[in-house]
Amino acid sequence: MIGGASPLAGYLLVAALMFAIGLAGALTRRNAILVLIGIELMLNAANLNLIAFWRYGPHPEVLTGMMFAIFSIAVAAAEAAVGLGLVIQIHRHAKTVDVDQMNRMKG
Amino acid sequence: MSVVFFVLTAMTLAGALAAVLLKNLVHCALSLTVAFAGLALLFLELDAQFVAFVQILVYVGAVAILVVFAILLTRSAETPKAGGVFSRTWLAGLSVAAAVFAVLGWAVLESTPWLPQTTEAPAADVGQIGEALMSRYVLPLEIVALLLTAALIGAVIVAMHEKDGAQ
Repeated sequence: MIGGASPLAGYLLVAALMFAIGLAGALTRRNAILVLIGIELMLNAANLNLIAFWRYGPHPEVLTGMMFAIFSIAVAAAEAAVGLGLVIQIHRHAKTVDVDQMNRMKG
Repeated sequence: MSVVFFVLTAMTLAGALAAVLLKNLVHCALSLTVAFAGLALLFLELDAQFVAFVQILVYVGAVAILVVFAILLTRSAETPKAGGVFSRTWLAGLSVAAAVFAVLGWAVLESTPWLPQTTEAPAADVGQIGEALMSRYVLPLEIVALLLTAALIGAVIVAMHEKDGAQ
């Protein structure tokens, strides 16, 4: 990435690092909201990949990568709303948002 | 690789790291906003102006506020008394994340010689995007509209207060 390499590689590495940070957050934190934050970071890293490939791809004029990113943002917004609603309901029901203590599916 | 790219990258990754590592969840949400904004600036750097503004509107404007509301409603702002903020199995989670990053980074670095080099900015103004959304992508657009409606109604129903319950 230093010294004449494609700028696309830099963006891909940034997206990979961001995905790994989000994955680490989702897998290691105890609070369910932090798990959702990690998932949002992973989705954003995927969007960065889509836009970078659109920008440096062979046919940017057909807008495929950009459309994919826009639809991905819309789906991620829906996911965030449903996920946070579920967290709020779980907190009301089980009095905790600690995923280590959510160990039964029975209500 | 410009200086702007490195500055924006540092800002985005610092925000993401802080969002995952900080103890206080309100601070996490604010760092998450910084990461989202840095990503929007990276989109601008990639000549995707429309996506950058969508990112600001949807993530900085809506999702971050939603996360703050959820934190305040579940009273997660105070740090837990015992056990710390990380799960018992944090070492396994961290190893999985490190392995995923190693594989992704290896794949990117191995494919560097074949990546395209073009640097002239593609033209994608809002008019073209609107035309594409209304012609070629009209069916996905309608499906996403339906999905958003269903998801938001579902979220409201799931999070709604039950009057006849124990609460």
